[in-house]
Amino acid sequence: MTFVAKPKVRHPLLPVNEIGLTRRDYEGLVSTLCAGCGHDSVSAALVQACAELSIPPHQFAKVSGIGCSSKTPSYFLDKSHGFNSVHGRMPSVATGANLANRQLYCIGVSGDGDSASIGFGQFAHIVRRRVNMLYLVDNNGTYGLTKGQFSATNDKGSTSKKGVPNLYDPIDLVCIALQLGASFVARSFSGDKAQLVPLIKAGIMHHGFAFIDVISPCVAFNNHEGSTKSFDYVRKHSEHVVVADYIEEHEEITADYAPGTTEDVPMPDGSILRLSKLDKNFDVHDNVAALNYIQQRQEEGEVVTGLLYVDPEASDCHEVLHTASQPLNALGEADLCPGSETLEAINASFR
Amino acid sequence: MTTFNDFVIRFANVNGSGSASANGMFPKALFRMGIPVATRNIFPSNIQGLPTWFEVRVSERGYLGRREGVDIMVAMNAETYREDVEILKPGGYLLHDTSKPLPDSLKRPDIHEIGIPISRMLLSEFSDPKQRSLFKNVVYIGALAELLNIEFDVITSMVATQFKGKDALIQPNIHALEIGRQYARDYLPCPLPIQVRRSNAVGEKILIDGNTAAALGALYGGATICAWYPITPSTSLAEAFEKYALQYRVDPDGEERKFAFIQAEDELSAIGIVIGAAWNGARAFTATSGPGISLMTEFLGLAYFAEIPAVVFDVQRSGPSTGMPTRTQQGDLLAAAYASHGDTKHVLLFPSTPVECFDFGALALDLADRLQTPVIIMSDLDLGMNDCLSDPLVWDDARRYDRGKVLSADDLEKVEQFGRYLDVDGDGIGYRTYPGTHPEKGAFFTRGTSRDEFARYTESPEAYEQNMQRLLKKWATAATLIPQAEIDDSGQRAGILYYGTSMLPMREALDLLSDEGISLDTLRVRGFPFGEEVYEFIHRHEFVFVVDQNRDSQMKTLLVTEGALDPARLIPVIYYAGLSISADTIQSQVSGYFTMRKMPRLKEVKL
Repeated sequence: MTFVAKPKVRHPLLPVNEIGLTRRDYEGLVSTLCAGCGHDSVSAALVQACAELSIPPHQFAKVSGIGCSSKTPSYFLDKSHGFNSVHGRMPSVATGANLANRQLYCIGVSGDGDSASIGFGQFAHIVRRRVNMLYLVDNNGTYGLTKGQFSATNDKGSTSKKGVPNLYDPIDLVCIALQLGASFVARSFSGDKAQLVPLIKAGIMHHGFAFIDVISPCVAFNNHEGSTKSFDYVRKHSEHVVVADYIEEHEEITADYAPGTTEDVPMPDGSILRLSKLDKNFDVHDNVAALNYIQQRQEEGEVVTGLLYVDPEASDCHEVLHTASQPLNALGEADLCPGSETLEAINASFR
Repeated sequence: MTTFNDFVIRFANVNGSGSASANGMFPKALFRMGIPVATRNIFPSNIQGLPTWFEVRVSERGYLGRREGVDIMVAMNAETYREDVEILKPGGYLLHDTSKPLPDSLKRPDIHEIGIPISRMLLSEFSDPKQRSLFKNVVYIGALAELLNIEFDVITSMVATQFKGKDALIQPNIHALEIGRQYARDYLPCPLPIQVRRSNAVGEKILIDGNTAAALGALYGGATICAWYPITPSTSLAEAFEKYALQYRVDPDGEERKFAFIQAEDELSAIGIVIGAAWNGARAFTATSGPGISLMTEFLGLAYFAEIPAVVFDVQRSGPSTGMPTRTQQGDLLAAAYASHGDTKHVLLFPSTPVECFDFGALALDLADRLQTPVIIMSDLDLGMNDCLSDPLVWDDARRYDRGKVLSADDLEKVEQFGRYLDVDGDGIGYRTYPGTHPEKGAFFTRGTSRDEFARYTESPEAYEQNMQRLLKKWATAATLIPQAEIDDSGQRAGILYYGTSMLPMREALDLLSDEGISLDTLRVRGFPFGEEVYEFIHRHEFVFVVDQNRDSQMKTLLVTEGALDPARLIPVIYYAGLSISADTIQSQVSGYFTMRKMPRLKEVKL
């Protein structure tokens, strides 16, 4: 057997959230990924974020594709339904799931192979469709399960474990998401939980399509010198531009940044997203400028992280499609079937 | 000798010339006079400028299939003139525009020419060149009305309905009809020995295409999500769903739509959306054709193995590859039945009529939920895109949707142990839950990888094998739930087995064969997996003809494979060249087999 359930014994002093649950209630099975894998830190950040949001665990739907990243929905939220689907096709499954029940919180987890190669088309189109979900990519620049081939997000010149340089230019999913109209775009690092957890919380609560590209080093195949997706490289070269703090409605707002550099963005649920600019030239509401800035810094080998763009007034696919406020999966005959009398009128129109 | 209500007329036009709407008036007028008609649109994969044909079969006896040979040809396309003249039956009528003379090389002594100077007459009547061109088609309809005795007011009332809201167009159209009629009256031998007359053979029937009927089936069956990618000949199915959903699924107080209509980026996405939606408890479907089925196969395998409902309408066209995209075929049987890698099998339904498109459209949603698996409805271009004379569609208001085995929060409270893939009832079908049902119970992880009965990942050989065997048990359950074959068995020596649109010419083919002293028992397959009655029928007969509209006798392959039958007892009758199979084709192949085997043709010979 290759699954292991975690024992449900909890420390008596473990804090409980607003609905009386502890972090343990948001956990999943024991991970089968390599020891030290960045993805496990992302799963842990998801557990913490969901617990802190006090959303009942069963109100999430987890969807993924295929690959190491896509295994991770087993490792968080085991009280919610999960769907480990087909390689590169998580976006379509997530679209369907979200259309069927708009009240669930949808979390999609994908990888760089899943979203930037085989599923690049699906990634582009889910951004366009504005599905209300958190789309998270565990980005390690390599194919782990098939043992270390370069992926499409790997930087040109970045080397393999054997020292062979990558010959091709990378696809930056953050830039693609910005260009295609994602209303919440962030980049983070699996090694920076303090940055990642608030971003995940804000991404889950964001109304519209929220995308977080998490650089999540592969300890087995892409964590050596010469790689631009290693822990060391990212630590050395990441440039945090905007700190996002997710502040719940009742929480006291305490500012610890210089005046004039913070902005409070109201969220649909009444909470507040507090943005603190670390780079005063960066405008988090200008996706064109953000795109430009990220690409310029990338030319210099720097990785821009933090919240990169947010449109707090974004609409989602249900608003675009005018779907009923009641979940479509809850509608029955009375709502859906026009009845025999109408059918007679339809018949008459064909005479 | 004058014949009534029994001929084939073909209109040869250039596509994009406005001929479709004018030609459409012809069968509709006859239909409104109570005469059975069947239409066939033979069109190119092109927007403008290529040849297109529109064929109408008029048959008092209600033969709606294709018949070889054309009695009246309306030849309006110079490019195809030669073949259009050639295809006419001896004694047939050639209606053509004499504004330009017909070269002698195209003359045939054994046919009747009906010349009308259409373009010349329009020159003096309409100043707008676009109108001159468009009304050519209307003029010959007016002339045909006089030549064939079509009630003129039936046609004029149709013009009024067709252009309702564009009133300025009504008068010029009627005028063009009158020009044609007047010319026929003055110069042509009206009426021809081939004529129509009012009949009561139509009754309550309607004239509808299969795609529209299928879309209505999905609407009535409670589909809330349609995800699709445009592809001929299935496009009009998805578009009809949207049209009717906008009419009947929008809240009266406002904008709220009780459906979602998504044009996906490709067929992979379309089926992915359907599967995601169905996993989350909504009824969802997609409509596609052969190339789309090819793209969907990976997902179909996932849905089979992970046991998720999905409804797919496959409106088949000629393959392989892009094939002849605007021509009909039944070429996707094997691709659909076994779509995906590994041991997969899918439930198929074979509609033969618009009523079955409607019924199976709704039924497929029930079956997919009940069986927790994809259900593919195998229509084709002939049925999907042509107007067919059909019984009215019927819905029983007492009918309830069968959502299958789904546990609610209350159910879960009562269940001691929930295992998604536990075969609790012994029919191979487990119980499912929708996401978000219960805070503590019923959550499970759906995956395409092997798992145990509690949906936990495992590579245990025993668990894998047990799961695959349970899927076979479910397959056997499916065979008891799908529509049974339609059988007419009077104890003949041989039978004929057919499905889908091969039903249309079948009655005529059987009548033709009967005239030759050949009588066959019949079986119409309506679903896959095959029920016991199908195998029993084959075992009861010395040999059985199997009618397929594909090259490789795919239905025969399915029967032999699934029923472990002796292939020698199944005799292929095939046609796959792009038109629908004709009564003559069936007759000649069956009759040829009897001749070749020197078999007696007495009707009463029994085994």
